[in-house]
Amino acid sequence: MKRTYELVYVVSPDATDEQVADLHTQVDAIVQRMGGQIEKTDNWGRRKLAYEIGRHKEGTYVLEVIKGNGDLMKEIDRRLRVTDLVIRHLTVRVDEEQGVVERTKAKRTETSRRRRLARGLPAERQPGEGQRGEPDDDRDDRFDMGAEEMR
Amino acid sequence: MNGRKSFGGGGSGGRGKSSGSQQQGKDQQRRPMFRRRKVCKFCSDKIDDINYKDVKLLMPFVPERAKVLPRRISGTCAPHQRKLRTAIMRARQLALIPYTTE
Repeated sequence: MKRTYELVYVVSPDATDEQVADLHTQVDAIVQRMGGQIEKTDNWGRRKLAYEIGRHKEGTYVLEVIKGNGDLMKEIDRRLRVTDLVIRHLTVRVDEEQGVVERTKAKRTETSRRRRLARGLPAERQPGEGQRGEPDDDRDDRFDMGAEEMR
Repeated sequence: MNGRKSFGGGGSGGRGKSSGSQQQGKDQQRRPMFRRRKVCKFCSDKIDDINYKDVKLLMPFVPERAKVLPRRISGTCAPHQRKLRTAIMRARQLALIPYTTE
């Protein structure tokens, strides 16, 4: 069974664009070889790091969504570990989590549909319907503010 | 106790516990009773997926000292707080969020 993984790696800021592209092809080659596929690649570009890693203060972030099995990710992990250009990487399995999210979303729309129909309303929410937004409603969300400040 | 005072906002800390004092207080002073009901941000905004890549979403839960904001202050519900915690820990690994502030 195929699993979906998200791989994010941070490339050293010294790397040129070609080197970043080269890394991507390397990852791609491993994925191809081990019988997986890359679903999506996203280069976030250069970002400031929240803390220094080694002597680096910023890095290039690349996200890859990969379909494959655990051995494939193990191999990629090993390769990225020994690549000096990659200063940090993280692999997360996402398929199960996504399933849960979809189920809760579906459940929510279903219950809202059912309730709306029970009240004799059309199943979908009409535009301009619902609570009118109170202008200062969002004050309640500010838990970092005291009661005085909110007045 | 101290921490609570600074977060809970001026008059709200420790007050408004007994219902008896509530009515008196309303006339005497404006400020005391009012404690906002805390709601889980993720439940009310219907955010199902707390993602480590969404730094904007996570940042309000990582105050100055870069610790995870406790539930007792943010009002986040338990399931969402757990997800929030893993998201923050992942984001920290990727240097999207700091572990500490120097």
